[in-house]
Amino acid sequence: MSNHYNFAYLDEQTKRMIRRAILKGVAVPGYQVPFASREMPMPYGWGTGGVQVTAACLTPEDRLKVIDQGADDTTNAVSIRKFFQRTAEVAVTEHTAEATVIQTRHRIPERPLTAGQILVYQVPIPEPLRFLEPRETETRRMHALEDYGLMHVKLYEDIARNGAIATSYAYPVKVEGRYVMDPSPIPKFDNPKLSGTPALQLFGAGREQRIYAIPPFTEVISLDFEDYPFEATKAPHACDLCGDGGSYLDEVITDDAGGRMFVCSDTDHCASRQAAGHRGRLSPQEDAA
Amino acid sequence: MTPDAMTGGFADAPIQSAKGFRAILEVLSRPGTIVAAPGAQPPAPLSPAAGLAALVLFDGTTPVHLAGRHDCSAVRDWLTFQTGAPLVGAGEAMFAIGDWSALSPVTRFAIGTPEYPDRAATLIVETDRLAAEGALLRGPGIARTARLSLPEIAAFRANRALFPLGFDTLFTCGDRLAGLPRSTIVEGA
Ligand SMILES: [Zn+2]
Repeated sequence: MSNHYNFAYLDEQTKRMIRRAILKGVAVPGYQVPFASREMPMPYGWGTGGVQVTAACLTPEDRLKVIDQGADDTTNAVSIRKFFQRTAEVAVTEHTAEATVIQTRHRIPERPLTAGQILVYQVPIPEPLRFLEPRETETRRMHALEDYGLMHVKLYEDIARNGAIATSYAYPVKVEGRYVMDPSPIPKFDNPKLSGTPALQLFGAGREQRIYAIPPFTEVISLDFEDYPFEATKAPHACDLCGDGGSYLDEVITDDAGGRMFVCSDTDHCASRQAAGHRGRLSPQEDAA
Repeated sequence: MTPDAMTGGFADAPIQSAKGFRAILEVLSRPGTIVAAPGAQPPAPLSPAAGLAALVLFDGTTPVHLAGRHDCSAVRDWLTFQTGAPLVGAGEAMFAIGDWSALSPVTRFAIGTPEYPDRAATLIVETDRLAAEGALLRGPGIARTARLSLPEIAAFRANRALFPLGFDTLFTCGDRLAGLPRSTIVEGA
């Protein structure tokens, strides 16, 4: 390998510290383990927490996929993928099924994950109680006492004001009946996929210096109320390119006259369906030949 | 220092550490799973799997307790040379290595605090038999149930009752490795 870099960029001492934090996170699902985050050669908004977790996990045998809002081809995703190609010499892929490690920002792939896969989330604000209580000593105490009344009050105020729980991203969950956890800013449409998956899910927050985990086959419940049950909503359309009525969609403005289309946010999912012959409302016409 | 202290470590530390970590991550993420964990050749009585865990996880910031026959000059010197980990009493240890009988009573080890449950010990239990049979396991990481040959049931049930506090456990046998995080619910055989 290259002599100019440590394997996966970080030095061995740092990776050991991160690895120990990951293992404690796995042992206490949903609990935020503090760790000493390192400077990475990219800005915080680019998911340095996720990058450090990925760096601590990668082996040369891995095949890495990086997605940003479901897409493999954004600047952020391409940069992180190249970074690990160069520093860890790992193989990369855009296909969910082929990946052993997937680093993600804001989405869970549509394709169900499998045993042996690790999904690493980039997390901006790991503390789900932070908007309700700015003091770290207080939020720690609340987690310690399992005192989540304030969170329920906030969600109920949402209902009183809007007639429904307005939170649509970073929708709080309870892990294995114990810790309330921020699933990172994934759309609440993705929340059901957090629960019971055969894959291991790891979460890294760089600026806030926290690592947490959901082991495989762990129960993850979105907080709700008996009279206002949680709903994994999405735009009421099918994808205009692949016709999927069940995937999470992005709205794309197509012209100045207000034209718009809905397309899968998961680009690998959409491309795979199109390659398999699925068509949507705005798919190019087939050649008559 | 015994001359053997300088041998039996990693020849390619970054790669072997990365692979070793994934083995440890696998067994703690999937309690009951037994994996091969080769790569370390520590002096007896330390097993290759326990040696691997030490090389992957220990350094100058991780106090280690050696129990019973593992508290010998060969193991002490090897761990000190290879990892720099300070050797301490059971109560201060972040990691402990020994046979189950030597580690017991395991209530001596750190279980974390309500605010910081991560500040808990990890026990590396050397066994002469490790098989996917015996105690019935349920909980995170387990699809329905799993089985693992535990040295006893009661101590792990008592540990689970402390959740989210409690120690976490790695079991080693030769170059094989299994794990039992504190989250696992242990039932009788
Ligand atoms: Zn589509």
